[in-house]
Amino acid sequence: MQTKVTLENLNVHFGSNHAVKDVSLDFPENSVTAIIGPSGCGKSTVLRSLNRMHDLVPSARVTGRIMLDNTDIYDRAVDPVAVRRRIGMVFQKPNPFPAMSIHDNVVAGYKLTGSLKRSDAEDIVESCLKRVALWDEVKDRLKTSAMDLSGGQQQRLCIARTIAVQPEVILMDEPCSALDPIATLKIEELIEELKEQYTVIIVTHNMQQAARVSDSTAFFYMGELIEFGLTKKIFTTPEKRQTEDYITGRFG
Amino acid sequence: MEITKTMTSAMDRETAAAKTAFISGNKAWGDRLFRWLTLGFSASILLILLIMAFEMIKESLPAIRKFGWGFTIGKDWDPVQEQFGALPFLYGSVVSSILAILMATPLSVGTALFITDIAPKKLGGAVSSLVELLAAIPSVIYGLWGVLVMAPWLQKTVQPFLIDHFGFIPLFQGAPYGVSMLAAIFILMIMIVPIITSITKEVLTAVPTAQKEAAYALGATRWEMLRVALLPYARSGILGAVILGLGRAIGETMAVTMVIGNTPQIALSLLAPGYTMPSVIANEFAETTSKLHASVLMEIGLILLVVTLIINIMARLLIWSVTRGNSGRSA
Repeated sequence: MQTKVTLENLNVHFGSNHAVKDVSLDFPENSVTAIIGPSGCGKSTVLRSLNRMHDLVPSARVTGRIMLDNTDIYDRAVDPVAVRRRIGMVFQKPNPFPAMSIHDNVVAGYKLTGSLKRSDAEDIVESCLKRVALWDEVKDRLKTSAMDLSGGQQQRLCIARTIAVQPEVILMDEPCSALDPIATLKIEELIEELKEQYTVIIVTHNMQQAARVSDSTAFFYMGELIEFGLTKKIFTTPEKRQTEDYITGRFG
Repeated sequence: MEITKTMTSAMDRETAAAKTAFISGNKAWGDRLFRWLTLGFSASILLILLIMAFEMIKESLPAIRKFGWGFTIGKDWDPVQEQFGALPFLYGSVVSSILAILMATPLSVGTALFITDIAPKKLGGAVSSLVELLAAIPSVIYGLWGVLVMAPWLQKTVQPFLIDHFGFIPLFQGAPYGVSMLAAIFILMIMIVPIITSITKEVLTAVPTAQKEAAYALGATRWEMLRVALLPYARSGILGAVILGLGRAIGETMAVTMVIGNTPQIALSLLAPGYTMPSVIANEFAETTSKLHASVLMEIGLILLVVTLIINIMARLLIWSVTRGNSGRSA
């Protein structure tokens, strides 16, 4: 399988706290990679370094290289805004823009830059909402506030908003942790479909979820990458003792 | 054995005591007293307000009887001839406050954005404390500065410039007096910037990080993030801040009285002197020439009260209509 994103000796510091230690990892294209590990192991930190979200935190320092195709996204010449257009992100808590309608939320990425033709907008809204299986539920109330939707619907709306700007990679930071089991199931089905077109990297606390949705799994502990491999292998015959202990629930 | 028995009986007694306390309602009595006390306090505030309104209406009755509705559209003001019309004061109050708020709002929102989202933390903190310091300056000091420093500067520099370059607009015609409607607008603007800035700052700080990150993750620049995520989320709060500023501007007496020129006229030009409702009350109540004069001032006070009430009601409706269905609700 082709590699889409590569971490080369990634280190992340917050002040004096060394949160991610010398991680090297290849994320395969058009597949789902899960990042698992106990709280505070640095999995979210790794995820957020992939779309340069740490740039917003003054105390954060990222070293090493992150290659997207053949460009280092931390290169001086690279604009973080351009990186985030190519690498979208879905957050832990659904965060639609409350001042916008459902329709406007989907095309929010286009509203940033301004011009978008009305007919184009309608097409984008319909196709994106169909992709996240939300269209039938909201097609009659596109102009109402996004806040009237349930949590699961809001999260699917956020995914629609992310794919609307056509990124290549989608990062998901525990996207189901605020949702009920039925909403979670819908998001998981959606992730399965998304990988046909996108490279999906998902951080999750839920090991069953990692086992269900991902093709590859990376296990992190104390800021270090302990083991990385095909999900099937990680969950059945892990090489490292720590991985096995975590997966079998002996710690974490 | 003996000890266990004593303990048991002690526990029994305690339970019994607890039961009695629960039933007897000793605590409930205290709660009731406290409830009546707080109710009394809040009722007294309402009562004071009612008494005030009642007294004002009673005292202004002679003026109301004499001039009727014509008072609010009358333009003449001559205490000696007992000619009274409130329009110049209404006009002065409304125009100075509204123009001041129009100028202060962008300045304040910009400052607040700088403090919360653009400046490095330390610099932002410093600017923020300075702004709050401005709010603590007594209005008479603003007035003194206005009349001794700002008005001469307006007269020598700003107004001649406006007359020379924008004199074709009626707003900037006439002679440069210094003390003028323009001076009042400037001083009001300076005085309400701190209040709008500090409330807006609080509102912006309360916007969840998730909202900002949502915009950044879509590839927003800082400016786009402000426009798409931050300001829409905060807009009802900002609107509230602006309305509070407007309330302050319309009631401001001292500083305005010192710089507006106190001439009861309706001039289209901002360079001409004007008058406001609070100013005429402050200037004339101590030297009223007749019972009717005093009554007229009372009626102006009443109008000021009503105008303030209307502004507040409009503000609430505005905030309500903006909040309904979108921002203000948490994500």
